[in-house]
Amino acid sequence: MEFVNFLARRLLWSVIVLAGLSVVIFIIARVVPGDPARIALGPLATAEQVAELQEEMGLDRPIPEQYLRYVGGLLQGDLGRSLLTGRSVNEDIGETFFATLELVLATIFLAFVIGIPAGVFAARNKDGWADNTSRIISLLGVVTPSFFLAILLQLLAGYVLEILPVTGRLPAGMQFDATITGLLTVDSLLTGRFDVFIEALRHLLLPAAALSAATIGQITRVTRSSMIDISRQDYVEAARAFGIPDSVRIFKYMLRPSFVPPLTILGLEFASLIGNAFVVEMVFAWPGMASYGVRTILQKDFNAVMGVVMVSGLFFVFANLIIDVLVGYVDPRIRIKGSRA
Amino acid sequence: MTAEPTRPGPGFDTAAGAPLPVSVAFQNWYRFSRNPTALIGAAIVLIVICCAIFAPLIAPYPEHVGSFVDFRSRHLPPSWDHPFGTDNVGRDVFSRVIYGYRVSLLLVVVVLGLSVPFGVILGLVAGYFGGWVEIVIMRLTDISLAIPPLVMALAITAVLSPNLINAMIAISVLWWTWHTRLIYSITRTLKHQEYVEAAEIAGASKLHILFRELLPNCVSAISVKVTLDAGFVILIGASLSFLGLGVQPPTPDLGTMVSTGADYLPERWWQSVLPGTAILFAILGFNLLGDGLRDLFDVEDVR
Repeated sequence: MEFVNFLARRLLWSVIVLAGLSVVIFIIARVVPGDPARIALGPLATAEQVAELQEEMGLDRPIPEQYLRYVGGLLQGDLGRSLLTGRSVNEDIGETFFATLELVLATIFLAFVIGIPAGVFAARNKDGWADNTSRIISLLGVVTPSFFLAILLQLLAGYVLEILPVTGRLPAGMQFDATITGLLTVDSLLTGRFDVFIEALRHLLLPAAALSAATIGQITRVTRSSMIDISRQDYVEAARAFGIPDSVRIFKYMLRPSFVPPLTILGLEFASLIGNAFVVEMVFAWPGMASYGVRTILQKDFNAVMGVVMVSGLFFVFANLIIDVLVGYVDPRIRIKGSRA
Repeated sequence: MTAEPTRPGPGFDTAAGAPLPVSVAFQNWYRFSRNPTALIGAAIVLIVICCAIFAPLIAPYPEHVGSFVDFRSRHLPPSWDHPFGTDNVGRDVFSRVIYGYRVSLLLVVVVLGLSVPFGVILGLVAGYFGGWVEIVIMRLTDISLAIPPLVMALAITAVLSPNLINAMIAISVLWWTWHTRLIYSITRTLKHQEYVEAAEIAGASKLHILFRELLPNCVSAISVKVTLDAGFVILIGASLSFLGLGVQPPTPDLGTMVSTGADYLPERWWQSVLPGTAILFAILGFNLLGDGLRDLFDVEDVR
């Protein structure tokens, strides 16, 4: 019951944030200097054409009414028509979103699979050479711009060693429709296409590595410090006094509570993760929502840009909701306190 | 928050334990000078700032900064004449990197100059007054925190046109939120301190309490945050121009150089790898310095 309460509070808060987000996006789209219809049609269009498009886009109505129409569209899941592709923004984002989702999920997977063991290992060898090495690598991960790391990885693994493909999601000739979950790696396994799975994985590896470096660094550092804090707790000392072996003590008593700080960090990092996805996708020609966003931004395709920003915000809010629920599950005390922050 | 030295230093080494008359500034410097990472960070930041200020003196080919073209010397690899090689139109990459630091630091100064005072004031007001003021400001902050900064900056530069000024605006629009959060949480704990209550009883004005009692106690946290921020602003500015949405050519910008140079990979690696390393170098410096200051001021939770 208490968990349901916690969940309800978090859900309500997410809705409030999304409502606020829609206002912010609307303000940017409408109150800025310049007429969206004029910009969309270009300087050669006649005044009648501009007026026609203004009417079609509802730009001739009062601002509050425009906002209500905009929100009404959002609630029905309608993001408008893209001026660049001429199709509905929903379709465009629907096609590109899952590529971005796959990249982000792979990034989070890498961050936890590498970051947590590295943090545990560093804490076990506190102030030893392993700890110092991990500190330097983590720092480099945090301070390297992801577009630069992407280029370095492309250079090293793609051109110099020539072991991994450097662009796209699949080789040019390979056909595969991911219709179940939209994720190539998962769908190819579900349908038993192992050749597709291997190729999808090979294409995924470099972009995910470039995107995850900063998060791996952060997770390693917080896991290390929380493991050190927890190892000083009375119940861990007691377990040691009872002669419980190291491995059991670490994995059974210490690891679970030390999952909370990395999860919290992931929630905070998620915003910059989505931002960095934009540059990483551009470098690797990854056909995701972010590269669609950049293309439409350069063309001043307003509906598409606002759709991408809204979906990014939605993605962020939803991810943080899941993280909060996970943290509440791992550490029951948090459910009572309310949110993490 | 206050500078209560916990570690031994000069002035604390006397046998009786009575501090010698040594200034707080000197004690701080003593501790700072014993932190190798902070010193390295300070040295890097100093180098970057000097490059930016004295760019015309340091750059070997200041004339290569604008739209200079010399096709005879294009794509030259690094050498004594051109330490970072030359680019696709024959300009000296090293000179352009030095001037690129100018653009990056200008961005940092303007963005932080606009957003930090704004964020700090909102944080002070929300933390001290509480009530509906707190609710409005903090909920607004939370909503703004839900928008990925780079995505927001992309959207704003898309609506306006891409150039340095608009990049500054686009980054500043969301940057204040982190400072509001930080100062709000500090102020909320400080406002029940005795010296604040004493000032209230003595009839001090609200302005006096906000800016003379509370603000000075936030300065160490703000300085750590600003130092760390400087690195992130450089990063986000470089990301924007890497996508072609920031500073426009021919103005030398590190992000733009990486993106144009990337067309000539892998043979002409220096055109993108060396400017990229220059970005990394600057961000690394601000990060190390920020970490060092955090240890010095003992403000654990600033990141």
